[in-house]
Amino acid sequence: MIISKRLAAGVCALLAALAVGFSPTGAAADETDPAQSPKVDLVLDVSGSMRTRDIDGQSRMAAAKQAFNEVLDAVPSDVQLGIRTLGADYPGNDRKTGCKDTAQLYPVGPLDRTEAKTAVATLAPTGWTPIGPALLKAADDLKGGDATRRIVLITDGEDTCAPLDPCEVARSIAAQGTHLVVDTLGLVPDAKIRKQLTCIAEATGGTYSSVQHTDELAGRVTQLVDRAADPVAVPVATEGAAQCTGAPQLKAGLYTDRERFSEHRWYRVDVLPGQELRASVSVGADRAVNQDYGVLLRAVTASGREIVRGEQSGNGRTDVISSGLRYPKAPQDDDDTEPAPETVCLQVSNSFSAPASVKTTPGLPVELTVDLVKAPDAASDVAAFGLGRGWWLLGALVLTGFLAGVLWGWIARWRVAVWRTN
Amino acid sequence: MCTTRVMAAAALAAAALLTTAGPAAADSPSPSPSVSGSSSAPTQAGTSFRTAAVLQQDQPGTADASTGDYLYWVFPADAGQTPTVRATVTLPEAATRHGAATWQVDVYDGLRRRQACTHGSQTRTAAADAASVELKCTLRPVRAWSEPWANDPLPGSYYVRLTVTGLPDEDLGLPVHAEAEATAADAGGAHAVDGTLAAPLVPGTATAATAAAPSDDGWSSGWWTDRWLWTVGGGVLASLAAIGGYALTRGTGRRPVRA
Repeated sequence: MIISKRLAAGVCALLAALAVGFSPTGAAADETDPAQSPKVDLVLDVSGSMRTRDIDGQSRMAAAKQAFNEVLDAVPSDVQLGIRTLGADYPGNDRKTGCKDTAQLYPVGPLDRTEAKTAVATLAPTGWTPIGPALLKAADDLKGGDATRRIVLITDGEDTCAPLDPCEVARSIAAQGTHLVVDTLGLVPDAKIRKQLTCIAEATGGTYSSVQHTDELAGRVTQLVDRAADPVAVPVATEGAAQCTGAPQLKAGLYTDRERFSEHRWYRVDVLPGQELRASVSVGADRAVNQDYGVLLRAVTASGREIVRGEQSGNGRTDVISSGLRYPKAPQDDDDTEPAPETVCLQVSNSFSAPASVKTTPGLPVELTVDLVKAPDAASDVAAFGLGRGWWLLGALVLTGFLAGVLWGWIARWRVAVWRTN
Repeated sequence: MCTTRVMAAAALAAAALLTTAGPAAADSPSPSPSVSGSSSAPTQAGTSFRTAAVLQQDQPGTADASTGDYLYWVFPADAGQTPTVRATVTLPEAATRHGAATWQVDVYDGLRRRQACTHGSQTRTAAADAASVELKCTLRPVRAWSEPWANDPLPGSYYVRLTVTGLPDEDLGLPVHAEAEATAADAGGAHAVDGTLAAPLVPGTATAATAAAPSDDGWSSGWWTDRWLWTVGGGVLASLAAIGGYALTRGTGRRPVRA
């Protein structure tokens, strides 16, 4: 009885694991649909300063062109790639005009390598460095479809078009729920540029690289384009409520939300008897935050009793802080009645804080995964299947066997003796 | 009599072999259908939990990255194993760096709960002139089951996050090369608990693109335990001992009959 039950549980677990492993991977691997193919926009700085000859003895512009040729050759076939320039057209001194100077050099779409290369070859270092407007336009370029989007920004100067802070622009683009990542590459190891570019990258969950050689530039951009092509589950945007009543009803899946400092967000999940709820949450630090922080995920019944919680705190440099919980609900005893789902409220809260100079809106990015696994969860007898192990067990069995053998032998001898005397 | 002795010895030897070889055999790297097309070791790392690169145990994953990136890998660990994660970071040339850098490796379970390291240097500071830094983290033994309120390691996926936690600002963005490997030692029966999880603690349907599963025969915690070998071996030995004991009592009793 125990064995069959446990075998069944094992088979169930295996099947569940396989089902979990197979089905969505198949869906994600389906990349023929144009709406699903990842989009990348390369944003290249063509400002006057790109004339400076400090990368492997050639000008920054020449290095960028050479790198672009290599990158364009290596773009995976399913990636839709576009190229946008900033500061390519207006050579004058009028700041207002110069700060609008961004143009689409090659539209986002299926890539024609020769055409794209020809377009890049025409570029000559010219104007200003309007990073903020270029990011906004690049985000527009990538609109449509629900695949991953990536902007790769290559620049050698800081944005001089205040008051539009490119870092704020990046954060607001990311907060629009378009799931867009900005990776930045700086061609000059300068403190101001680094600060601005790391801020842009941090705000969108991207990366910052400092590039000093042509091959580094080509290698890094190729790596970033390839990364866009990797199949990845795209989260669904949701908005948690301030309390459990009226909170959004979630099914198994991956969700994103935004949560301000010390805000509480509630979600609801229906759990059937015999199901196990598994939820994990990551809260991202997408801006400068104070050094101590934490996250708390609570599963609470509709009446307000806490079932289980996951909590984590940390300090120092981090991208996210995450925690998780699982709640196995006991199977129903009688099979006659319809199984009634229990509403479990999930509360996500964070203890991030930031210096007063840091904007608190939009909130921090929250990633929530909800999973419902069907099967029981219970501890049974400590010995698996009632089996034993170890040298003491062997000794005991051997001793018992030996004694039984001796006893049996004596009985046999005694019986023979009795038989012979009779 | 001689043959039984040989058989007993063989049975014992087989039992001993199988108990040690069992977990080792499960570790051999080979392609798995649920791993997204990565039969060879990954040469890229992910940048978030969702995009973590899938590793098998004993399969080193490499990545070229920029200083300051958060690098993620994910590997499977099953009940009865004590996983150890090793990471080596080859730092940029000392001439381009401006000071010491502190690197850290963190391990999270399939529910993104941070797991404690029982030993190994999880955080290490590389001097300004060091060429590389090595990090190591050994987890607690993975149990087959635990209370939902506990944070014990359970069978499932484990995320590895490698990043720099402290460095001079000037060094952000410099190219580095990182290598990560997960191995596991057999924890043995001392940490065995019974009960099973509903399903291994892999990230669910939502993030299946990065689900890590053992390569060949799936999650073994369903029915296999080395207790089978001990118990069956014990039974065999007991019956041999019984025959021996019986023979001992008969040995002197027969001679007068034949004489």
